[in-house]
Amino acid sequence: MKRKWLTAPYIVWMLLFTIIPLCIVIYFAFTDSITGEFTFSNITGMWDYAPIFLRSIWLSVIATIICLIIGYPVAYTIAQCEPRTQQMLQMLIMLPMCMSFLLRTLAWVALLEDTGIINNLVTALGLTPLPLIRNSGAVILGMVYNYLPYMILPLYTSISKINPRLIEAAEDLGCNKSKVFGKVTLPLSMPGIASGITMVFVPAVSTFYISQKLGSPGTILVGDIIESQFKGAYNPNLGAAMSLILMILIFICIGISNHFTNSDSEEEVMMP
Amino acid sequence: MAQELICLKDLVMEFGKDRVLDSINLSIEDKKFMTLLGPSGCGKTTTLRIIAGFQNPTSGEVFFDGQKINDVPPYKRQINTVFQNYALFPHLDVYDNIAFGLRISKLPEAEIDKRVGEMLEAVSLKGFENRKVTSLSGGQQQRVAIARALVNRPKVLLLDEPLGALDLRLRKDMQNELKAIQQEVGITFVYVTHDQEEALSMSDTVVVMDGGKIQQIGTPEDIYNEPANAFVADFIGESNILDGIMIDDFRVKFFDREFACVDQGFEKNEPVDVVIRPEDVDIVAPDDGHLCGTVTNVTFKGVHYDTIVDFKGFKWLIQTTDFHREGSVIGIRLNPDDIHVMHKSEYSGMFGDYSSYSEEYDDISVVEDDEENE
Repeated sequence: MKRKWLTAPYIVWMLLFTIIPLCIVIYFAFTDSITGEFTFSNITGMWDYAPIFLRSIWLSVIATIICLIIGYPVAYTIAQCEPRTQQMLQMLIMLPMCMSFLLRTLAWVALLEDTGIINNLVTALGLTPLPLIRNSGAVILGMVYNYLPYMILPLYTSISKINPRLIEAAEDLGCNKSKVFGKVTLPLSMPGIASGITMVFVPAVSTFYISQKLGSPGTILVGDIIESQFKGAYNPNLGAAMSLILMILIFICIGISNHFTNSDSEEEVMMP
Repeated sequence: MAQELICLKDLVMEFGKDRVLDSINLSIEDKKFMTLLGPSGCGKTTTLRIIAGFQNPTSGEVFFDGQKINDVPPYKRQINTVFQNYALFPHLDVYDNIAFGLRISKLPEAEIDKRVGEMLEAVSLKGFENRKVTSLSGGQQQRVAIARALVNRPKVLLLDEPLGALDLRLRKDMQNELKAIQQEVGITFVYVTHDQEEALSMSDTVVVMDGGKIQQIGTPEDIYNEPANAFVADFIGESNILDGIMIDDFRVKFFDREFACVDQGFEKNEPVDVVIRPEDVDIVAPDDGHLCGTVTNVTFKGVHYDTIVDFKGFKWLIQTTDFHREGSVIGIRLNPDDIHVMHKSEYSGMFGDYSSYSEEYDDISVVEDDEENE
């Protein structure tokens, strides 16, 4: 490989802005905030935050599952369309991604607030306002809304890559439509499911803005706590330790999801 | 008499404005090996896909065992397919690929095991049960594809250019093997290919197609010896095709000379196409021949020489085991049964002239692309 040097800018970039910062995070995580001495107390102190970690993972898992349930049929349907329609629908799926993340979340606030658009309508109809905001449901809604495209796109890619002859082969061998799906389409789209889950779960579990705007103190997430360590509490060492633990937890979750979706399948039978 | 199993009636298939099939009428007999032969885009794969049920004809009917099956979905037909490029399930191993159909029909696991075992033996893949299909060679994948279809004991096996991706040697072996399998299991094979040699050596019946129409149906011998028109004569083997006039029964005139032939039933003085196979021509001394010409090109082909001979500006291909040097003048004799007379058709004048002879002529059919009728 003569052209190895072509990747040099990226390697330098990675080194400067990912590897070195990661080392700094690890260093901070294992040092005391005042004395600067080596300590495990940041890590062991994490137990106090265990419920928040669990809540973050729990809400993200639910959001990911909802994204999968909503996203799969959409991705499947798009993949069956004419190529030109597919392009257009793909654009539509990506459209929300073109809007600022903050704006999208704030728009939901405007919709869900106690004096927001929906509740104004409800009260206008003479009903009591609904508790739409500042609960887990609103946080999950925010996650699903923001991250759904990241689920649909990899699913669509992997479904549309399935060789149509394989579908016909399954029909030929006695599968009706639902069996074709269960025996061929679903197993062959597993790589898409795995990457969709990763793409939704990882940003969801570390998000902080959504819970601040749509959640309540009771639905505070790890991302919020980490943010506050750096901004309010001035304890970057604890924040670093949390980031580190969160990273490890994310790796574990991805590992679990890959374990269930790993069918190490290739799209096409290799030709001789 | 063999029984009719599949019958196609007035099949028409249109993709948008493209008419891919034009009134196809075909009867396929039970337990026979039938081949649909034709160049890319002739409609042979579409015909096969209609029989399998993957495509619905624009108009026309498909009968199976006397029953109309136009609206029967593929999974309810007693027909299995060996796909071009095999379409094996990449997420399953060899055993699970073969067992796929049996599991769908919910056979007891013991029965499945027995039948898959037999099938693996039949296609000599014992010991490959747990191999990933992606790790197999082309020939092995091919066998898995055949086993996966045959294990369901269909009444008809459809094969769509199944040997197209294999190298020449393997292709020859598989041809023999496929024919043997067909005779052993005793079911109907409908085979699609663009390789005329493959078609001639394996089939009971050959259906030659071009431009969405059936050009000729017959035994391999019929197709070769009695081609129906210039297209068939040219597509199956090599042919010199000349303009002639049928003077009377058994008398045909070309190159201003009358020849005795074995054909009859034409109108008097009807313009016809005359086919002369390159290997049927006898070369004699210039003075003893019916015709006299100059050798313009000689190519050694192993068994024979391809000799191009110029007769009054029209170039013939003659295949002979004797070497005749370029520039030499030779005579030829034609026996009555060397001459085959055909009615004029839309293909007249398009084939059978070797003026533009090139040594690569017989490779042309091999390089053809996969046929995708979309």
